[in-house]
Amino acid sequence: MTEALDVLLGAWRDPRGRFGALVLLVVALAALIGPLVLPDPLAQPDVLRASRPPATQHPFGTDQLSRDVLSRVVTGARISLSVALLAVTLSMTLGAAVGIVAGYWGGAVDATLMRLVDGALAIPRLFILLLLLAVWERVPLLPLIFLIGVTGWFATSRLVRGEVLRLREEGYVRAAEALGARRRRIIFRHLLPNALGPLLVAATLAIGDVILLEAGLSFLGLGIQPPTPSWGGMILDSREVMVSAPWTGIFPGLAIVITVLSANLFGDALRDAVDPRSA
Amino acid sequence: MTTVLEVSNLRVSFPGANHTRFSPVDGVSFSLERGKTLALVGESGSGKSLTSLALLQLIPDPGRIEAGSSIRLGETDVLALKGEALRRIRGRRIGMIFQDPMTSLNPVFTVEAQITEGIHAHFKVSRAEARDRALRLLQEVGIPDPAERLKAYPHQLSGGMRQRVMIAIALSAEPEILVADEPTTALDVTVQAQILEVLDDLRSRRGMAVLLITHDLGIVAGRADRVAVMYAGQIVEEAPTSALFANPSHPYTQGLFASVPRISGPLRRLTPIRGTVPAPAAWPSGCRFRPRCPQAFDRSEIEPPLLSVGPDHRMRCWLAEEPGKSTAR
Repeated sequence: MTEALDVLLGAWRDPRGRFGALVLLVVALAALIGPLVLPDPLAQPDVLRASRPPATQHPFGTDQLSRDVLSRVVTGARISLSVALLAVTLSMTLGAAVGIVAGYWGGAVDATLMRLVDGALAIPRLFILLLLLAVWERVPLLPLIFLIGVTGWFATSRLVRGEVLRLREEGYVRAAEALGARRRRIIFRHLLPNALGPLLVAATLAIGDVILLEAGLSFLGLGIQPPTPSWGGMILDSREVMVSAPWTGIFPGLAIVITVLSANLFGDALRDAVDPRSA
Repeated sequence: MTTVLEVSNLRVSFPGANHTRFSPVDGVSFSLERGKTLALVGESGSGKSLTSLALLQLIPDPGRIEAGSSIRLGETDVLALKGEALRRIRGRRIGMIFQDPMTSLNPVFTVEAQITEGIHAHFKVSRAEARDRALRLLQEVGIPDPAERLKAYPHQLSGGMRQRVMIAIALSAEPEILVADEPTTALDVTVQAQILEVLDDLRSRRGMAVLLITHDLGIVAGRADRVAVMYAGQIVEEAPTSALFANPSHPYTQGLFASVPRISGPLRRLTPIRGTVPAPAAWPSGCRFRPRCPQAFDRSEIEPPLLSVGPDHRMRCWLAEEPGKSTAR
């Protein structure tokens, strides 16, 4: 665990990492607190107050259905971040499990799993998701998270497998085997904690990916379903009023860019902290 | 004399080029007696470490132990064990000390966590009981202030301390056999002596059998009861330590002694052994030492078996049958 902590501290010392972490923190706080203090993002339409430009009362303006854009962006952050966190947790867990099994058991198990992963990696993730979601039509939130999660672990499993192969040659893993330590213990005490650094990097970078992916799916109308606000969905809605009320699309777009950029900057800083040679 | 471990005809093979397999350990036999130390001596690449790993089926992929090999641990046929049964003898019946205490300890766990790992793996005891045992083990291997050291991380300990911790770990499940693979190679000479002292002490106090693997003849003298010299995957000479030192008979053993500087006795030039150990895939036919042997003769082209050269003293060289030819010192 100390290694993962060192990595986090190392990333914090990097200006990119600090910027990314702080922005993500602000976004997360806004997502947590914002919806409590801001106007209802699902308020009933009021024609008189529709499509207002940004002003004191509505800093990001209102959309064509008179809802507060800031409030919807912030609520969208809540959705986007929870989808990203849950989906990434799922894919990291799956990736770590498959990677450890392949790397530690080796032989035919390893060969089979890795060929399957090779196959899965050859199909673009977006295609798989589009196919599944198109069949499903209106997909509820939890299944959406599940689908994004289970299509995101392939590269992670390779990464973890590589780490395990490296760690297996470490003296202390062999020493633990010679001592008769149980397999479960070797995995959870010796392999997993020492593979946590790279896994953390992968997870952070995956968060940016998943936010983009979810925004893309929602923009295509296949992700988060209205009226639940989502950044991709808001941009979709704003297409018709892009000229007359550009703020309805610009702010969710900015939210996507800033959040994904921060996650990637933080991820890059983490990666350099894990492996100083790649800096 | 109670034999606790009997290894016979051990062969370990790895895949080579063109679907062939070569055997870095090729027909090794020896036995360990309770309370005695057997030293396995040889250069790098002679197969001594693989021999020790094979005892616990720890040969790394894609190596394997060939059929026909036998490792008997008391009543147990080690090579027939798998899974849980195999795990139960690892550490419990045979404890291992590895060469490099720097890499054999996990940097992210305390000494206590690593010693109690072996205790918990084999005994149903409470945390407190395990800590107690760990404390006693540290005392036993001569670590001062053991209660403090239990909380230390490996990087906070010196090399000698780490090796003592490694020994404590190997002892944690109270094995009857201790395998020490070059336990002092990474240490200063003075610390080496202390560690060997600890091992000797434990052997006599616990009545363990010790397999001491080393490339250093110097640490064998006075520590081991018997010595087996390995060359190119085979044992080429085996004898009680005193007999081997008094009368090294195999040309390879003689070469090893001739290449060690001596403090006493007349001044003489060191005589190195020509060449290097050939790779396992390129071992010569006949006697494997033949290309480097100053005494090779026509019979060396046929592979010699272990032949007797004295009471309880055997070597893998035809010179044993031709006393006139031998140039023993």
